[in-house]
Amino acid sequence: MELKNSKDLPIGGKILQAGNAQEYTTGEWRNEKPVLDKSKCINCLFCWIYCPDSSVYVEEGKVTGFDYDHCKGCGICAYMCPKKCIAMQKEEK
Amino acid sequence: MSKILPLTGDHAASESMRQINPDVVAAYPITPATEIVMSFSQIVANGLADTEMVPVESEHSAMSACVGASASGVRTMTATSSQGLALMWEVLYIAAGMRLPIIMHCVNRALSAPINIHGDHSDGMGARDTGWIQIYCENAQEVYEMGIFAVRVAEHKDIMLPVMVNQDGFITSHAIEGVKMFEDADVKKFVGEYVPNMPLLDVKNPVTFGPIDLQDYYFEHKFQQAQAMRDSKKRIVELFAEFNKFSGKKYELVEQYKMEDAEIAILALSSTCGTTRVVVNELREKGIKAGMIKIRVFRPFPMDEVAAACKNLKALAVLDRADTCSGEGGAVFGDVCTAIYNLNEKKVPAINYVYGLGGRDIDEAQIKNIFNELVDIAKTGQVKTVLNYSGVRI
Repeated sequence: MELKNSKDLPIGGKILQAGNAQEYTTGEWRNEKPVLDKSKCINCLFCWIYCPDSSVYVEEGKVTGFDYDHCKGCGICAYMCPKKCIAMQKEEK
Repeated sequence: MSKILPLTGDHAASESMRQINPDVVAAYPITPATEIVMSFSQIVANGLADTEMVPVESEHSAMSACVGASASGVRTMTATSSQGLALMWEVLYIAAGMRLPIIMHCVNRALSAPINIHGDHSDGMGARDTGWIQIYCENAQEVYEMGIFAVRVAEHKDIMLPVMVNQDGFITSHAIEGVKMFEDADVKKFVGEYVPNMPLLDVKNPVTFGPIDLQDYYFEHKFQQAQAMRDSKKRIVELFAEFNKFSGKKYELVEQYKMEDAEIAILALSSTCGTTRVVVNELREKGIKAGMIKIRVFRPFPMDEVAAACKNLKALAVLDRADTCSGEGGAVFGDVCTAIYNLNEKKVPAINYVYGLGGRDIDEAQIKNIFNELVDIAKTGQVKTVLNYSGVRI
């Protein structure tokens, strides 16, 4: 991302664009990533409820995967899963 | 027809606030600023201003409430002193860093310990690096006028910085003087309607205030803020021209008294300038070419103006009503020396006097002694001691 100069920034550190935190790919911080075993998933959505970064994708009531651009790999989803169908896999860097 | 009212410095401040009629005042009373908060509360209670008065539980909360109010997009004011200003500390930086045009009356008082309620500049001088514009007032008339002027400075679109209007605790804040008032309607017109730029409560144009700002952008934002302070000097001069037209006064960043041909001069801030002016008059009658330099706007520091005022002097004394405890002298002296060293070819011999701490009186005799020393320095060009104290039993 190209960095702006002082005179091109809004004053006082204000951010004028709503929702621009989405552009900040916190997924880069991750050491371990959650991987879903769909065959065991009962779609209880505990992972979706507990995810602190809203990074669990759900479509029509069913878990479909993770937003790896923003998932920080905290592992809460795997911990909370009653069926233990989310595994935390080491990221290869 | 403009009236002359008998007002203390504190009441002069609250009268200017009544005429400005700010949207929000969040304040906590503390001696010697109590009467500003008290009398302005009465003004609001009596329906003479339609300000939202927020009686907070501490000064930290007062400045926090001011930050919130100002960010929301309304004209915001407060008042404090000493420990109150100290308790506001972290939020003072936030107000300036977020570029919020808050106006504060600061009634200068000593800082604890030992506890003392009287006037010195320890509080204001301590806050000199917070990013607030600082104006120091000599008397109640100036407090009243600078209180009104400060609104235009803070809210100028190219400035957008908070402004602290300082007056001396008790000496100015509690002494009654005749203060010549402007008409309410004229003040209303001069300060105008506050039109905020990118406020927090503009729901159609959402704005994030106060996000975390790390290695990639913090420096740029701080540079921007520092540049706004540097640029504000020019804007303040323009606004003084407008205010002078409005008021018939001759306000400048730096006031020079009998400096045209002065060989020796005292540089000071606030009420001490009144006493110094009397001594200058006496010395002039004796044929001694004495003068006085008064710094009205201390932040931004009027570097060029101070250097120019000192250019032809043979000796200069800078008076500081606060000790930095740095092992060296006061804050004003340091800044004045920086100006002379950087901008003047001829380095005028300069001495520093720390005086009047904890409200200790400074009288004509003390000022005369300082001028006498300047006469010697002007003759010999020799400075015995750079840092001196006046009026303390050592």
